[in-house]
Amino acid sequence: MKFGIVVNEGPYQHQASDSAYLFAKAAIAKGHEVWRVFFYHDGVNNASKLTEPPQDDRHIVNRWTKLAEEHKVDLVVCVAAAMRRGIREENLAAGFRISGLGQLVEAGTKCDRLITFGD
Amino acid sequence: MLHIINKSPLSNSSLESCLRVAVSGDILLTEDAVYAATSGNAFEGKLREAMGRFKVYVLQPDLDARGLGDRLIEGVTGVDHGGFVDLTISNNNCQSWL
Amino acid sequence: MSEGAVKKFMFVNRKAPYGTIYALEALEVVLITAAFDQDVSLVFMDDGVYQLKKGQQTKGVEIKNFSPTYRALEGYDIEKLYVEKESLDARGLTEDDLLVDVTVLGRAEMGALMNEQDVVLSF
Repeated sequence: MKFGIVVNEGPYQHQASDSAYLFAKAAIAKGHEVWRVFFYHDGVNNASKLTEPPQDDRHIVNRWTKLAEEHKVDLVVCVAAAMRRGIREENLAAGFRISGLGQLVEAGTKCDRLITFGD
Repeated sequence: MLHIINKSPLSNSSLESCLRVAVSGDILLTEDAVYAATSGNAFEGKLREAMGRFKVYVLQPDLDARGLGDRLIEGVTGVDHGGFVDLTISNNNCQSWL
Repeated sequence: MSEGAVKKFMFVNRKAPYGTIYALEALEVVLITAAFDQDVSLVFMDDGVYQLKKGQQTKGVEIKNFSPTYRALEGYDIEKLYVEKESLDARGLTEDDLLVDVTVLGRAEMGALMNEQDVVLSF
């Protein structure tokens, strides 16, 4: 199965991005494809490379980057939502790209299932 | 349809709205919605009623994280994240009641 | 812009406007989805019905009033707007309070319509 995932909340503030990540990992472990993760609303903050959590906490941003590297997951940040919130190419973490809302629609049309994680 | 709920029914109406509108399918309680599946909570009666119409699942890691792993209402099925994935496949579509 | 099969997209709006940004950003997705020639339905239920209330005046809160956009949806061939009757009733509202023509559905009809969708995005 081909999965698309939507993340609507920022990291650390809400469990949404943790839940989305664990869902993605579980899907991949079962042999499915996670084709794209689309970050919308405050979810765009998952892509900030300026993120520095305390040492004993999980690093949510790096976790996404690693997922993209190891499993070719396409991490897309909504440009309009990102501009509103100060996420730019210059502070974008590795593995993420900024693009339009059309990428969300495309995830809906191309994936067998689109799962939303938000508040 | 898989109905995914992530809010406690004691502070938010998502689960109540889902139960009012949804006609069939499975319900998965995640994040703060897991409180709905614990014995003695004020929503228990409504959840038990819903269990006649829907199969109800709870995301076990979220329940365990909240210290309520031993309070699961009988008849609600605990699943891990892999089980969550399976539920999105066994249902034709899904909706997160945000 | 479309590529391949048309899917049924449903946008479920359950949140009031202005208090949070979800209603506005949902509308942005709706417009793009229609531009991709998909089958688009909008649902307004719970506090989401407040998004369609006539007479929104946002000057005093300094937030852009985006409610006129709902009236422009028709121009994008978005004509399937559904409102749940029980949500209206619970808020003391009727169809006359809404700024755009909608189809009012009872809860079970709404639930059945949700079941028919390919993609459901909830905001």
